Amino acid sequence: MDVNMDAIVAQTQGFSGNLSDLNHLQRILKQCEELFGAHTVSQLVSYLDQLDPCLHSLGYLYILKAILSAPVSKEEANGLLVTIARFINSCSVEQIRLAPEIFVFICRRFKDQVMSMEAPIRGVAPMLTAVCKLQVSSEKLTALHSDFLLLCVLAKCYKTGMPVLEDDISEVDQPRDFFLYCYYGGMICIGQKHFGKALELLHNVVTAPMSTLNAIAVEAYKKYVLVSLIHLGQFSTSFRKYTSSAAQRNLKNFAPPYLDLADCYGNGNISELETFVQANAEKFESDNNLGLVKQVVSSMYKRNIQRLTQTYLTLSLQDIANTVQLSNAKEAEMYVLQMIEDGEIYAAINQKDGMVRFLEDPEQYKTRGMIEHIDSSIKRIVVLSKKMTSMDELMSCDPMYLSKVGREKHRYDFDDFDGAPQRFNF
Amino acid sequence: MEPDEELGQITDEIYANGDENKQRHRPIISGEQLDIEAYAALYSGRTKITRLLFIADRCGNSSMQLEALRMAYDEIKKGENTQLFREVVQKIDGCLSGNYGPDPAWADAVDRRAEMRKEKLENELNAYRTNLIKESIRMGYNDFGDYYYAHGQLGEAFKNYVRTRDYCTTAKHIIHMCLNAILVSIEMGQFTHVTSYVSKAEQSQDALDAVTVAKLRCAAGVANLEAKKYKLAARKFLEVGPELGNNYTEVIAPQDVATYGGLCALASFDRGELKAIIQYSFIDNINFRNFLELVPEIRELIHDFYTSHYASCLEYLGNLKANLMLDIHLHDHVETLYDQIRSKALIQYTHPFVSVDLNMMANAFKTSVAGLEKELEALITDNQIQARIDSHNKILYARHADQRNATFQKVLQTGKEFDRDVRSMLLRANLLKHEYILKTSRKH
Repeated sequence: MDVNMDAIVAQTQGFSGNLSDLNHLQRILKQCEELFGAHTVSQLVSYLDQLDPCLHSLGYLYILKAILSAPVSKEEANGLLVTIARFINSCSVEQIRLAPEIFVFICRRFKDQVMSMEAPIRGVAPMLTAVCKLQVSSEKLTALHSDFLLLCVLAKCYKTGMPVLEDDISEVDQPRDFFLYCYYGGMICIGQKHFGKALELLHNVVTAPMSTLNAIAVEAYKKYVLVSLIHLGQFSTSFRKYTSSAAQRNLKNFAPPYLDLADCYGNGNISELETFVQANAEKFESDNNLGLVKQVVSSMYKRNIQRLTQTYLTLSLQDIANTVQLSNAKEAEMYVLQMIEDGEIYAAINQKDGMVRFLEDPEQYKTRGMIEHIDSSIKRIVVLSKKMTSMDELMSCDPMYLSKVGREKHRYDFDDFDGAPQRFNF
Repeated sequence: MEPDEELGQITDEIYANGDENKQRHRPIISGEQLDIEAYAALYSGRTKITRLLFIADRCGNSSMQLEALRMAYDEIKKGENTQLFREVVQKIDGCLSGNYGPDPAWADAVDRRAEMRKEKLENELNAYRTNLIKESIRMGYNDFGDYYYAHGQLGEAFKNYVRTRDYCTTAKHIIHMCLNAILVSIEMGQFTHVTSYVSKAEQSQDALDAVTVAKLRCAAGVANLEAKKYKLAARKFLEVGPELGNNYTEVIAPQDVATYGGLCALASFDRGELKAIIQYSFIDNINFRNFLELVPEIRELIHDFYTSHYASCLEYLGNLKANLMLDIHLHDHVETLYDQIRSKALIQYTHPFVSVDLNMMANAFKTSVAGLEKELEALITDNQIQARIDSHNKILYARHADQRNATFQKVLQTGKEFDRDVRSMLLRANLLKHEYILKTSRKH
């Protein structure tokens, strides 16, 4: 047995050169998986030390998997974490992509270990590397995305998570990965106060096609209601028509206090909203959404102040406080100052006589930067619509789709369709 | 009058806002108490009594209340409604000297007579029914309707009047039936019935005579007013012909046509419509003008509103308010109508200016600057006035939307939305595709 193991190490060392060798090696390794199981962790670790994580990534990967398949004691865990982290950092991209499912398995174990040690921050950087290495194109969602984002949320490293969220994901293997990616991504964006992006991500979860409701969608819906109130100042309970029927039927039943909150918000009465939040604080607390709910309340003040900018050119801080029901001029000043800093209103405070002067939006759409921004937006949209057209074409050539449409052809007249079936006609 | 000239005159008068000493003499009517005697003389029948009782309930002035009750008592004695009689006696409660106590002898006599009459009517109706003479049956039900109406049983009266419908042979009968039904429905406050019977009557094949048309217009106007459709109500009242005269005093007096119609028109018409009406109907249209002449206050305030003398217009309104609150149909709507008229006045005042000094404006509206600011704020928030308030210097500046910036903003917004929607669409398509593949792979 030992001989075999040594042989494998030797073969790994020998066959890690080019692609055909690697394929050969992978076949050997697959056959030997049972053999690995017969060895103790410490034995395997000693073999591992004979390999170079960068040059012999594939062999390293299989042995690592064997180690992690067995239960790991606490003392060993720390050392293992370091080994895995080093491996993730230095492994060769080509080699791990030959066995992505094993790489994902190892990374998941790594994540579990980090979480059980309650040190999620240790996992953030290696996982980001892992995601980058595993991702074939920026449109592809890997199985590791959601794990990485979860670590970011737990470690409160929101900023590290942002670049991953900026990719335009459109290819998804596992719906579950996608749901979690969007949900955790939404939380990270909320943490970074990018409510627009958060709303988009949560919207994706709520409207995603699903045959049965899942817990991720329910939680996402709750946050979706709140973020919609913060960002748009309103929430419409009607679903977009592409929402799955499972979601349309059931989601509302799972989030009554949130919908009531939205109703209350719509009435525009601050004190009523505050009493409602106080009365339902426990429910929000148990969902871990109380902080977000508090932001909803404060967004109402901001919205009211914003409305004043439509009405007034100048207004004293005291009047602002009275109109939006803040307790005093000082508090009003803090709100106005915060809003000016965030670019939500354009105004100047004159502290001498306590007046606020509201200005018009200084953007004149004449600057070079703005033109460039518009230009890039146009280009982006052109690319997007090309992609959509090509996808549409691909779809209309898809044999499975055609056979489905063909079956339905007997049931409907062609006149009843106004889209793809007609294209199918010629 | 040439348009230019007219405009010049109007602007002159806007500047003259606030000091109207040199204006044409105007009979400012003070908020004097309603002259109940004169008011009651305008009406007849049941509405006279109900209007008097309404005033007695609402006026909050004991001498006026007793006066109203006294007249109601006298009026009831002329009729046969013992139920109402007892109620009024209870309300008077011996506060009036003279012959205003409970008159059991009279009441009993009336009741006895009513009982006999009812028996007689029943016998007659049964006889008609066995003979199957349509016209007689109709008459029989109609008499029953009249009988119940006289005794204050409005629900029964309505039923019997409506029953005559099956036995109507001519268009005239149908109109008679409709008018009866309308009358009872107004008394009962069932204004949806009123509308439906008005339209029924208007569909009649025969040409209606002018008086009937006027009556129907009034009834429709009142129904629309009660349904808060002020614009429609105003239209209906403006269409009422002079033939109305004193022919419909059991429902409405010609003065009311002017008051209801004028206020509804002010509250609901925009300036263009109002101008058309002032020119074509208030001034040239002799019909409505005749009505307006009966209530000079309304005539004056419409004119003031049109020529932008808001202070005097609002003053008239203020003076009229106490009396209008005692009107059985208008009282619920006075506040809304007044608010709408006031908002419209404010909007019109600010419309032509780039900047308005709030002090001057407050002066023109005889109100405080702070109050005016609140009113303007509400209107701006409602997007009824495009302006912003400089609360520091108390000036209102008109706001002109920058089309170019707005377009840029809109384009960028649309682009963003398109971007987002397409991306989520691609995503969903991929998810669906995935699910589809999952299903088929499971099948194989």
